[in-house]
Amino acid sequence: MSIRKIAAAALAAGLFSANAHAQVEIQWWHSMQGALNDKVNEIASGFNASQKDYKIVPIFKGQYPESMTAAIAAFRAGNAPHILQVFEVGTATMMGAKGAIKPVYQMMKEAGEPFDAKNYLPAVAGYYTDSKGNMLSMPFNSSTTVFYVNKDALKKAGLDGTAPKTWKEFSAAAAKLKASGQQCVYTTGWPSWVHVENFSAWHNLPIGTRENGIAGTDTRFEINSPQHVKHIEMLADFAKKGLFTYSGRKNEAEARFFSGECAMLTSSSGAQANIRRNAKFDFSVNFLPYHDEIKGAPQNSIIGGATLWVMSGKKPAEYKGVTKFFSYLSSTAVQTEWAKGTGYVPITNAAFEAMKKEGYYEKVPGADIAVRQLSNKTPTANSKGLRFGNYVQGREVIEEEMEAVFAGKKTAKAAMDEAVKRGNEILRKFEAANKS
Amino acid sequence: MEKRVVFRSTWLPYALLAPQIAVTLVFFFWPAAQAFWFSFQVQDAFGINTEFVGLRNFVELLRDEHYLESFKTTAVFSLLVAGSGIALALLLATMADRVLRGALAYKTLLIWPYAVAPAVAGVLWGFLFAPSIGVVTYVLRKAGYNWDWVLQGDQAMLLVVMAATWKQISYNFLFFLAGLQSIPRSLIEAAAIDGAGPARRFWTIVFPLLSPTTFFLLVVNIVYAFFETFGVIDSTTQGGPAGATQILVYKVYYDGVKAGDLGGSSAQSVILMLIVVALTVVQFRFIERKVQY
Repeated sequence: MSIRKIAAAALAAGLFSANAHAQVEIQWWHSMQGALNDKVNEIASGFNASQKDYKIVPIFKGQYPESMTAAIAAFRAGNAPHILQVFEVGTATMMGAKGAIKPVYQMMKEAGEPFDAKNYLPAVAGYYTDSKGNMLSMPFNSSTTVFYVNKDALKKAGLDGTAPKTWKEFSAAAAKLKASGQQCVYTTGWPSWVHVENFSAWHNLPIGTRENGIAGTDTRFEINSPQHVKHIEMLADFAKKGLFTYSGRKNEAEARFFSGECAMLTSSSGAQANIRRNAKFDFSVNFLPYHDEIKGAPQNSIIGGATLWVMSGKKPAEYKGVTKFFSYLSSTAVQTEWAKGTGYVPITNAAFEAMKKEGYYEKVPGADIAVRQLSNKTPTANSKGLRFGNYVQGREVIEEEMEAVFAGKKTAKAAMDEAVKRGNEILRKFEAANKS
Repeated sequence: MEKRVVFRSTWLPYALLAPQIAVTLVFFFWPAAQAFWFSFQVQDAFGINTEFVGLRNFVELLRDEHYLESFKTTAVFSLLVAGSGIALALLLATMADRVLRGALAYKTLLIWPYAVAPAVAGVLWGFLFAPSIGVVTYVLRKAGYNWDWVLQGDQAMLLVVMAATWKQISYNFLFFLAGLQSIPRSLIEAAAIDGAGPARRFWTIVFPLLSPTTFFLLVVNIVYAFFETFGVIDSTTQGGPAGATQILVYKVYYDGVKAGDLGGSSAQSVILMLIVVALTVVQFRFIERKVQY
C-alpha cells in the first residue's frame, strides 16, 4: 500500500470517528462472561446498526458483586455509567438508592416512549416493580431453579427414567439410586436460592413479612416456619444417609451433574446450555419437587438473574437513547434470539408466544420448563419475588446456617432460628440506613 | 567515637523526607482516617443517606457472636500458619545447611514457592484438594477418608493453613538459612569436640543464636497471616463453610466491598488497626527483651 493510500485511509478513519463522536454515547456496564459476553456485544452492535443517533458501549466490569461495587464507586466519584446490570439480590439496595437511580417507568414516560409493564412476564416483572406496579428496572437475563435428572442413572437403578414429582417420590428414587451404587445421588447449586427462596415460593410460604419485603423495608424473615425447618431437616437427613452431597454456595454442583458423578441436581435453568454441551448421558429438565402435604403446592417459582438499572443525573438526550435501546431490547426478535442463544427466559409474553409458535420448545425439550414453572400459577404475595435489604449478606447468613446443619453441627430448627435472628439484624441495619 | 552526619540546612531534611511522608499520608493516613470517620456512621451503599450513630456500629459488632467467633478463627489460623511455617522452614533450613552436594539446587527449589502469588497458591491447593475432582481427594477417598472441605470446617481450615504456610515457608527458609550461615563454625566445632551430638548442638547453640531471626519471623508471619492470606482464602473457601475460615480481614472485605455495609466494615477495620497496634507493642516491649541479640 502506498503512503498516499494509507494517509487517505487514516483520514477516512478520522472522519468516520469524528462522525461517531457526534453520536450520543451510552455506557452499559455488565457482568456477562464468555458466550454471554458475545451475545451482549451482538445485541449492542445490532442496536448501533439499527439507528445513527445513539451508540451503546457495553463494558464487562467483572462478576455481579464487582460490577455493582465498581458502579457504586463510580457514582460516588460522579461518573456512573448510564446502564448498570445488577443481580436480583442487589434489587433492594438499588431501589433504596433513590437519588442514584432513574426508575425505568419514569424515564420512559418522560421520553414519551410507549411502555407497558404488562407486556413482560408477570413472574419477571413482579420482582422489579414497586408496590404500585411501576417497573423500576429493565428485566434482562432471568432464570429460575429447575430439577435435572440423569435418566440413564435412574434406569440403571431400576426406575423408569421419569423424574420424581414430589419429595416423597424423590426420597424413594434416591434410595434406589444409592442401592444401585450411585456415588453421589443428589446435589444442589445455590442452596439458599433453591431450598429457601424457591422452596418458599413453590409452596406459597412467605420468606419474610410485608410481602417478602416488597411492601416495605420494615420486613422480617419468616424462614423458620415448621415447613421450612422440616424441609431443611429432610435435606440434613438425606446428607446423613449419603443421598445428598453438598457442593458449595454457587454453581459448583453443575459440573458434578454433567460429569455423571451426581445423578440428580437442582440448580439454575441457565445451566442448561452447559449441561447439554457436556453431558454424555440422557437427561431431563423438570419442575422442582414439592411436598404434597403442603396445601397449594406447587405454586410458582421465582426468578434469579439480573436487570438493567438506569443511573441518575444524565442528560435528557442520553435518557432518550436508553429508552430507544430498551425498546429494541424488548422487541420480539431480539428477545427470542437472546433466549435461544443463552437459555435465559424470554422476558416478554410476545417473545414466549413466538417461540412456542415456531415449535422451538418441541425441538429443544426442557427449554420451556423455566417459563412454565415461573408462570405455573398467578404469583401471590409469597411468590412474586423478594426484596430484602443487604440481601447479599442476608443470603450468606442463611447459607452459613444451612452448612452448619448439613455438616451435622446444628439442628435444622436451631439453624433456621439463628438465620432469622441474624438476618433480621441485617434488615434493621438496612432500614436504618435507608430511612427517607 | 560515633560518626554522625548533621544537616546544617533546616529545610533540607524535611524536603528529603517529604515524598515518603506524602505517600504515607495519602495511602495510609487518609484512608485510615476515612475508615475511622465512617465507622461512626450508617450509610447506604451509594452514600446518599448518611447518619452519625456514634458507637453503635461497634456495639453491634461486639454483640455479634459471629464476629467474636471470627476473632477465634483468626487467632487459630495465624498461630497455625506462623507456628508451622517457622517450624518447617527451620527444619528445611537446617537440613539444607548440611547438604554438601547440589546445595544450590535444593535452596533454589525451596525458595521458589515465594514467587507464587497468594491467590495462585490458593487456586493450586484448591484444585489439588477439590472435593470432587482433586487429585489428593481421590487418594484420600480411596484410603477411606471422607475429605470434603466444602462442608467440614476443620478440613477447610487445614486447607487454607496448608496453602498459606506453603507459600510462606520459602521466605522463612531464606532468613533461617542466612541466620545459620552467620553462626561461627568454631562454636559448633568446639561443642562437637566436647562430645555434644547434633541434636544437642542444635538446641543449645544454634537455636538460641537464631532467636533474633525467629523473633523477627514470628512478627512477619503473624502479620502475613493476618493480612496477606486474603488471596488464599478468597480463591478457595471464601470464608466458608459456615464461617469456619472467615478471618477478620476477610470479613472486613466481604462486609464492605461485597455487602456494601461501609459503616460496619469500617468499624471492623478500626478494631483491626487497634489489634495490630497492640500486637506490635506487645511483641516489641515484652517478647523482644527475652530474645538474645
